[in-house]
Amino acid sequence: MSKKLVEFRNVSFRYDEDGPWVLKNCSFEIYENEWVAIIGHNGSGKSTIAKLLNGLLFPQEGEIVIGGQQVNEESIWSIRKEVGMVFQNPDNQFVGATVQDDVAFGMENRGVQRDEMQKRITETLSAVRMQDYRLTEPHRLSGGQKQRVAIASVLAISPKVLILDEATAMLDPSGRKEIMDTVGEIQESSGLSLITITHDLQEVVQADRVIVMNNGNKWREASPREIFLEKDALRTIGLDVPFVAILAEELKHAGVSLKSTPLNQEELLEDLWILHSRT
Amino acid sequence: MNNSLIIGQYVPGNSLVHRLDPRTKITIIFFFVFIVFFANNIASYSLLTVFALTCMFTSKVPIRFIIKGLTPVWFLIIFTFILHLFVTREGTVILEFWIFEFYSGGLIQGIAIALRFFLLILVTSLLTLTTTPIEITDAIEDMLHPLKRFKFPVHELALMMSISLRFIPTLMQETDKISRAQASRGVDFKTGPIKERIKAVVPLLVPLFVSAFKRAEELAMAMEARGYQGGEGRSKLRELKIEKRDIFIFILFAIVVAALLLIRSYS
Ligand SMILES: Nc1ncnc2c1ncn2[C@@H]1O[C@H](COP(=O)(O)OP(=O)(O)OP(=O)(O)O)[C@@H](O)[C@H]1O
Ligand SMILES: [Mg+2]
Repeated sequence: MSKKLVEFRNVSFRYDEDGPWVLKNCSFEIYENEWVAIIGHNGSGKSTIAKLLNGLLFPQEGEIVIGGQQVNEESIWSIRKEVGMVFQNPDNQFVGATVQDDVAFGMENRGVQRDEMQKRITETLSAVRMQDYRLTEPHRLSGGQKQRVAIASVLAISPKVLILDEATAMLDPSGRKEIMDTVGEIQESSGLSLITITHDLQEVVQADRVIVMNNGNKWREASPREIFLEKDALRTIGLDVPFVAILAEELKHAGVSLKSTPLNQEELLEDLWILHSRT
Repeated sequence: MNNSLIIGQYVPGNSLVHRLDPRTKITIIFFFVFIVFFANNIASYSLLTVFALTCMFTSKVPIRFIIKGLTPVWFLIIFTFILHLFVTREGTVILEFWIFEFYSGGLIQGIAIALRFFLLILVTSLLTLTTTPIEITDAIEDMLHPLKRFKFPVHELALMMSISLRFIPTLMQETDKISRAQASRGVDFKTGPIKERIKAVVPLLVPLFVSAFKRAEELAMAMEARGYQGGEGRSKLRELKIEKRDIFIFILFAIVVAALLLIRSYS
């Protein structure tokens, strides 16, 4: 197993002194170069986890360790160098007057030299395929393009962990797929750990591991395949199951004996072919 | 609609005036505004006019943009001209009409004041026509830098300016969207008595403010997440650089100022 990068140890958190606990005794680990999806119903505490990871919030109980460093008031600036975060609304995280200014923002904050900034801007913008828009103002970009820039801005500071908090929620399905493919490529080539918080089932299927949150508790932690086996349990906590998984289940009910549990169309097709060639 | 949204009226170009350092432009305009009030005879006015027109032609900004920039002040220019014409009673009577008498002094004064206005507006609008708002912000931050010693928040001010500039188009688009949404619910902004129309603006402003506050909160969080911790230890991507052409223009301007003072003292 590769190295442990992020660790939540019995973390509990609430926004108010006398408010309800938003996270209750939560523990999990994330390893280097791993893609973890966090899912859960609205208000289950997913965004809170993201903010805790970045030192935007601090837990009342338990501790969070990132790359061997405990997250606290003193360590936040070096933590924020390791943990990059992309939020849901593409407009409200675009700080710069143009694309290149926005990508530079994080580097400027850290006092990176100008030549180095120019170099990183070129690199990261081509990684997200936005190199032709260097001098464009944000209001001339589509939502998906703005999210690409947001990803480039975060990549520019070479973080070890990239968190996408519903970063594709405001995009159409094709924009969503494009971004996730880009992010997947970057994750593989750069050895980044990726945490995606999402309601989109396709993103969940792409992940190595899934953490399911329910009411501030970690409900399950397993591979996507294992998670989607528990269709009925998922439904009771207000979550959906991919269409292909439902279809496969229905097929099994109808007496079609598929041998695996397919998660996407290709796998289902493959299974059906195998079945077909056997009969 | 996007094109009309750009604040100021920057006209992209690559002329000498465009390429000058924004600090050069701001400094020269600052002094120009002063010396315009020193002009007191035909020669000195001509000198300044020639200087301003030369700048205008060098900038290669199409005349129609300049005229557009002057539109809001035409009235003021003409009004002051007429006022002087009617009120000033110096020199000889050049025209009598009904109960009015027009004096030569009035005519000259009127022309001089109108010309002053015209020159001021022309030169300042040349600045916004040839300089992007972000360059102006950079220049202001740089020029106010000495005030930092007196705890004046220079960096914060510049950041505020640049974020406002960045969000103006976004908020305009949003205003447009909300006003359409409210119009589709029967809110009428365009007709009816003025009181009703003002009332109709309320359902436009409330959602706009709510969303602006939400944006501000999210933006602050995003900035913090990206490591923003104030101006200390920050580097800058854009840099301002005084080139040979800036020095050349400064010298040229100094000559104009010297010539003006000379012409003035001889009159
Ligand atoms: N700033 C805040 N102040 C007080 N309570 C908050 C705040 N932000 C979130 N909460 C509460 O914390 C709980 C968890 O919120 P969180 O944003 O983490 O949910 P989430 O899983 O991200 O939901 P969603 O899927 O809607 O994004 C919710 O009950 C919410 O009402
Ligand atoms: Mg959330």
